[in-house]
Amino acid sequence: MITFKNLTKKFGDFTAVNNLTTELQSGETTVLIGPSGCGKTTTLRMINRLIEPSEGTIYINETDISKTNPVELRRNIGYVIQQIGLFPHMNIAENIGLVPYLKDWPESKRNQRVEELLDFVGMSPSEFYYRYPNELSGGQQQRIGVARALAADPEIILMDEPFGALDPISRSSLQDELLEMQDKLGKTIVFVTHDIDEALKIANKIAIMKDGEILQYDSPEQILRNPSNSFIEEFIGKNRLLKRPEFIKVKDILIKDPVTIIPERTLTQALEKMRRQKVDSLMVVNHLGKFIGLTTANDVLENFDTAEKISEIVKTEVHYVGENSNLSQVLSIMAQKQVGYVPVIDENNNLIGLVTRSSLVNVLGKA
Amino acid sequence: MTLLTYFKNNIYTIFGLILEHLQLTGTAILTAIIIGVPLGIVITRYKRLAGPILAISSIFQTIPSIAFFGILIPFLGIGKKTAILVLFLYALLPIVKNTYTGINEVSDFMIDAGRGMGMTNIQILRMVELPQSLSVIMAGVRIATVINIGTTTIAAYIGAGGLGKLIFTGIQMYRNEMILAGAIPAALLAIIADKLLGYIELRLTPKGLNKKK
Repeated sequence: MITFKNLTKKFGDFTAVNNLTTELQSGETTVLIGPSGCGKTTTLRMINRLIEPSEGTIYINETDISKTNPVELRRNIGYVIQQIGLFPHMNIAENIGLVPYLKDWPESKRNQRVEELLDFVGMSPSEFYYRYPNELSGGQQQRIGVARALAADPEIILMDEPFGALDPISRSSLQDELLEMQDKLGKTIVFVTHDIDEALKIANKIAIMKDGEILQYDSPEQILRNPSNSFIEEFIGKNRLLKRPEFIKVKDILIKDPVTIIPERTLTQALEKMRRQKVDSLMVVNHLGKFIGLTTANDVLENFDTAEKISEIVKTEVHYVGENSNLSQVLSIMAQKQVGYVPVIDENNNLIGLVTRSSLVNVLGKA
Repeated sequence: MTLLTYFKNNIYTIFGLILEHLQLTGTAILTAIIIGVPLGIVITRYKRLAGPILAISSIFQTIPSIAFFGILIPFLGIGKKTAILVLFLYALLPIVKNTYTGINEVSDFMIDAGRGMGMTNIQILRMVELPQSLSVIMAGVRIATVINIGTTTIAAYIGAGGLGKLIFTGIQMYRNEMILAGAIPAALLAIIADKLLGYIELRLTPKGLNKKK
């Protein structure tokens, strides 16, 4: 855990970081984001003491880092920078093995670690071990940059806009790889970016900074759903939710009073109800409101001569979702199962609503 | 024909003079490297010193060699000592300046990456700055050496020896073959030194930096 306590950094008259007090959780990716000059990089660089705070303290697992040897501290914290910062005069193996070398690991252990890491970032050791950084693409170089930061297996990794200089495709695939890596390793990552899409994609927590202060520090979902002020709303973008259907909850968009029918009703009554309510399907629920299935106008007409009650024709194998599901799950059900309506059901099997194609259009229209 | 005969008859003398020439140049250059490279490094750390030190070294280089000898003779007398001091001061500027420039040209983010990974200042110098500026420093040594081989020829005038001795004596005695017996090896020395050091410069350029060019 990284704790900031009244952390302040002034450069002359300019206050880059103003009285920050917060905690970054272990094993999580915390993204510091904000416009340039907001103090995000300064904050990051104070964690490995590349910048010393003017006031306040940083604790790593309750140890005041100002009382540690900065060189030792840095060797135990991974560091990835935007310009990649691989040393052009060292080959890939030497670059990756640098921190282990600084930490005096024996050579065999170092080499083994380098091969392991090359495998880990998906680059074959036999092909890349002796190559030089300038023979690699930008994306490959930054993979090595990440591998280098992992070399001595640090608990904390600082990443300062690591994918900022890459083309969009490499950037996106490196973000995916970072997520995968995080699933396997669970490092404490502090990640600086100015790209909100990147932040939403990789963060467990986002700290939005402005003028040296954290305006909101929350999960990506909370920030999207409850931006704490207009600056943040502006910053994350007004139509952000639309681009991120996984952040739209089903309970916010469902039709609350779907037209229902109980299974004991006759087909004639069902047709009459559809005509009156101008719908082409009915949710079938029992008298307690528990969801049973659904029936459509087509079903009713096809079976009009043979069946009498709805209970005989109700379709019970229906794809439904829970009230806490999100829009992207609904969309994928609609697409995969070729259905136009998805019932929403709570944990006690009560029907609480319905999402239809037309209710989706309403949501998209409003946003 | 007379030139060849002259070479043949005085082969040992000429070789002796070549060695003496190299010894003069070599001593001056080695001293200039031993003092100039650390000095160049120091002024990258203390930037306020850079201006004055580079200015002083460049004044040394501006003074015509004969005048420089003349200024020092009253204090140090004639001979090798004075010659080597002048040659050393001449070599200083290119070496100090190139060391300074070479190290300054190493990108800040390289230093930042090194420091961020936990390198000490000495390690940053040894593992990042010097390897990346070695070829620039070597280029300075090369320039200094080529200039010095030429200036050493003039040093014969103040009794320091070397190939210049044949040239000056030849001029006084109106003996062209003698002049050439000094001038041709001196010219060849400069050319060979230039090529050789150029090759070393290329070899010292780290493999990963080479291909960009």
